[in-house]
Amino acid sequence: MEIGLTHYLIVSAILFAMGIFAIITRKNAILVLMGLELILNAANLNFIAFARYGGLNVNGEIAALFVIIIAAAESAVALSIILNIYQNYHHVNVDEVETLKD
Amino acid sequence: MFDANILDIIQNHLATSVALFKPEIALLITFILALFMDIIFKKNRNIAGYTVCIGFIITGILLFTQVGVKENAFINLIAVDPFAVFFKYLILISSLGVCLMSFFSEELYSEGRKVGEYYSLICAMTFGMFLLSGANNLIMIYLAIEMMSFSSYVLAGYTKEIKRASEASLKYVIYGSVSSGVMIYGMSLLFGASGTLNLTDLATLIPNGQIDMFPLITSGILIITGFGYKISMAPFHFWTPDVYEGSPVTITALLSVASKIAGLAGFIRFTMLIFANDPYLNWQIVLAVLSVVTMTIGNLSALWQSNVKRILAYSAIAHAGYILIGLVVMNELGISSIMFYLFTYIFMNLGAFMVVMLISNKIQSEDIDDYNGLGYKMPVLGALLVIFLVSLAGIPPTAGFLGKFYIFAAALQKGGVWIWLTVIAVINSAISVFYYFKIFRNMYLRGKNTEISEKFSFSPASIALTVIFAIPTLFLLVYYSPILEWANQSASIFFLK
Repeated sequence: MEIGLTHYLIVSAILFAMGIFAIITRKNAILVLMGLELILNAANLNFIAFARYGGLNVNGEIAALFVIIIAAAESAVALSIILNIYQNYHHVNVDEVETLKD
Repeated sequence: MFDANILDIIQNHLATSVALFKPEIALLITFILALFMDIIFKKNRNIAGYTVCIGFIITGILLFTQVGVKENAFINLIAVDPFAVFFKYLILISSLGVCLMSFFSEELYSEGRKVGEYYSLICAMTFGMFLLSGANNLIMIYLAIEMMSFSSYVLAGYTKEIKRASEASLKYVIYGSVSSGVMIYGMSLLFGASGTLNLTDLATLIPNGQIDMFPLITSGILIITGFGYKISMAPFHFWTPDVYEGSPVTITALLSVASKIAGLAGFIRFTMLIFANDPYLNWQIVLAVLSVVTMTIGNLSALWQSNVKRILAYSAIAHAGYILIGLVVMNELGISSIMFYLFTYIFMNLGAFMVVMLISNKIQSEDIDDYNGLGYKMPVLGALLVIFLVSLAGIPPTAGFLGKFYIFAAALQKGGVWIWLTVIAVINSAISVFYYFKIFRNMYLRGKNTEISEKFSFSPASIALTVIFAIPTLFLLVYYSPILEWANQSASIFFLK
């Protein structure tokens, strides 16, 4: 069986769904971040698969490059914020950080 | 290798693009300069703030050369058109207002905190917002949103030893990065279906039915997530109350004004170029439903809040709902009424947050019960706060009324089912009066009997700044036609064929 565009799209859709699932169910902020990386990588996979199989121009690869850079910057910012949470709360469980509530 | 001709063309294009990019370059230079000034002049804590304010003014002057220009820069990545310029001015005014507000914030200046980075980050965020208001390419939109988000994540938790501020930044970064991640996934689908990332190209492809229905609608929904989060539209508004309550007041003001304006600039451009052309699904209905849900959730939740910042957060959600009405009608009047509304929104919102900040400087609290009898301790600022709240509620003769009037007029003029949208919006406005009145009631009607020990004293500069915010709020009704005219001209670019 030839591996084509559809297979890549299915893999990326599964990655996306897994990312959303991780973000919803995980308590640890680091694991939530990992879910986020899954989502971004799903988008990357889409961009590159479309560029490769769709006979499109180089736009797709460029877009994927930008997303990788943004993902790196995003995790740097998010990790520093999580570090700050750890200093204030001595844990990083998202659902136990709840000073602000209705 | 390269044809000399092509190289020439590239060089010329780059030169014209950089010339069109001057205001953004000025912002970048200001950003770097502010950081260096802060390091060099260690003794003066405000030096970075002054640098940024001067940089904003220079940017405004440079921006003036672009009024009326309609061109593309950097291979159509960024559009420099009247629409973008109008929004850039709105963003510049609100960022400058927030910078000036910050000089009076005790929360920010307490415990010998370094504030140089704070002002530089505001400048960086303004740069991101400038990019978003002109972004004409899917990747550019994503980059601009992230550019402004990164700065605002850090700013939301700038008072990092305060627990609630660090919690606010955690919530902001998680919600923000997830929604932008979902957005980029949607963009990848749209790219796959169309083969282009450019909004102008997409706008020509979509009406011809060259893009399949399923990817177009799916990606549309996913992309709305990213914009909806920025303008705190339901059902993507959950971060709003927590982040607004936890962040420093100045940053709350920045998020509720500048960030929302920039998000709307991107959203309007995207809607007018993509959704308005969609042959498969009537996005007007989708946006109308979102608008009704947003304003209703915002107003009803605000009713039982006890924290003033939280009340203003829900009011910001409700305002996003009113603004969406202008987008629903998708015509020139609707867009220009949004732009006019945002102009009025800047001053009333910044003013309200300014007074809240000055009060919390004195009583270290934003709880509504602590506001009892405050109106007698601070007569001038109390009166000014009432003006801002009346304007937010949309009661004549304030600027807020004018803004709402034009938005509702746009929906009524379209007629048909949109009349019902206006009716719901008017009912919502009536509900909103109740919770604005709650603040007023606590300040003037309660705690009258408690002994008024002494009046609070405020620095003349802080009162002057509040009055500056109050003047357009109160007197816009007298003379507003130039702004409306300008908004009309700026909105018309989407309808020139």
